[in-house]
Amino acid sequence: MISFFNVSKVYPNGVKALQGVSLQIEKGEFVFIVGPSGAGKSTLIKLIFREELPTKGQIYISGRSILRMKRRDVPHLRRQIGMVFQDFRLLPDRTIYENVAFAMQVVGARRSEIKKRVPEVLKMVGLGKRMDNYPPQLSGGEQQRTAIARALVNKPSTIIADEPTGNLDIDTSWEIMECFQEINDQGTTIIIATHAKEIVDSMRQRVIALESGKIVRDEHRGVYANAIT
Amino acid sequence: MSTGVYMQMLLLRQAFYIFQEVGRSLKRNSLLNFAAVGTTAISLFVLGVGMLLVINTNEIAKTIESDIEIMVYMKQNLAEEDALALEPVIGRISGVKETTFIPRDEALKSLVKQLGGGDELDENVGEQNPLPDAIKVKISDPHEVNTIAAEIEDLPGVESVRYGGQDFVKKLFSLTNWVRIVGLLLITLLGLCGIFLIATTTRLTIFARRREINIMKYVGATDWFVRWPFLLEGIILGFFGALLAVVVLYFSYGALIAKIQETITFLPLVSSTEVLLRIFEGLLVVGIVMGAVGSTISVRRYLRV
Repeated sequence: MISFFNVSKVYPNGVKALQGVSLQIEKGEFVFIVGPSGAGKSTLIKLIFREELPTKGQIYISGRSILRMKRRDVPHLRRQIGMVFQDFRLLPDRTIYENVAFAMQVVGARRSEIKKRVPEVLKMVGLGKRMDNYPPQLSGGEQQRTAIARALVNKPSTIIADEPTGNLDIDTSWEIMECFQEINDQGTTIIIATHAKEIVDSMRQRVIALESGKIVRDEHRGVYANAIT
Repeated sequence: MSTGVYMQMLLLRQAFYIFQEVGRSLKRNSLLNFAAVGTTAISLFVLGVGMLLVINTNEIAKTIESDIEIMVYMKQNLAEEDALALEPVIGRISGVKETTFIPRDEALKSLVKQLGGGDELDENVGEQNPLPDAIKVKISDPHEVNTIAAEIEDLPGVESVRYGGQDFVKKLFSLTNWVRIVGLLLITLLGLCGIFLIATTTRLTIFARRREINIMKYVGATDWFVRWPFLLEGIILGFFGALLAVVVLYFSYGALIAKIQETITFLPLVSSTEVLLRIFEGLLVVGIVMGAVGSTISVRRYLRV
């Protein structure tokens, strides 16, 4: 569970990215965070991930305060959260298999464990047959699914995606969203910051809308924007 | 399981991965690695030369100092019994290690012998020995030679005291000090250069791998896991620099010693393998520390994600 209590974030250059944001995301939820560029979506994600610390307010991730967390405990927080980015962030000189295995090596998993788990996850995202290819040989959608597999491989409780379909065409975006939906069906919390209006509108999940650093709407079974506006 | 044991297990499990990374990056920046090893080697070579110089001058100074003795000459008209009576008085002065009474006859004999004269000379001067009775004094601390000599000179019956070597030792010590200061400056400068080059090398490696580091941090790598390959790389560079310095130092010093002792046989130069080994060990440790410091400086910035 993720809880924000009256969280504000002001960057050193004076930009007020978030102002008095309070929200709660339960385990197993599927949440879209929408809003125009600069509304504070990325900052919200960075705060959950403890890449940034809030200027004001309190944040709890599964009962632990982000603010009181020691620096050496941050890696353990991050192991509970899988990150997916717009630009995939794969290592081009390593195979799909190695890219996913890398995430397990980093946290010190046993080799036998890696050998078993990596093909399993790659099959789950539909890349069972492309394990020995390199990222540049794959389509954008396949690369993003590799990134999802990497986020998923250490069995995190939450997956956070920042504009995961930003570089993909609409058909591929749908595939990716279906992939997230499947993961969510198995109990993983999914948080997606996105601009993809059509997708958000038809998925009918919880939508948190941000505008200039404030939550302007938080609806279950919501849409990208209110019909009136 | 304690954190320490857990960390060790992790390290073992990841050691293969880490070594692979180190090998990869060492191959990638071979020219810069060469420069870093070279600078480290030069700075450590100078450090080694300085250390050997200081150790050798100390050794020489010690040998000369241990030879310092005070010759105490009695007044010509002093009777031998009175001179003999002075010996225990001198012996009681603090700092005096040993006294030897040299009767004037004996002094004359040895002088005659030194001059290479035969019985003739002996006979000629026999009755009018110009030499006084003397006492040879050995002291325990050469630095006190001045005060002890002055004290002895004040005793009744003493004509004069004489001691040698003191000036030379003083000069030698000032030389050693000078070597120490200049050497220290040079070593610090070159050491900083070595650290800087190692830092630059690791920085390039880190730059080439910044994507990887970024991903590592996002999937929850600990700082140490990120740091290890770079730290190891720095340590390896420092170690090889030191090794190079040690090898060059070993052979050149060996050759130099052989050459010197051919011409100046009595010079007490340090050549015991034990002392040399300790110096070489020291150089290797310094090299490793330089490498570790250099790479740590570079890594620190990139860990803040």
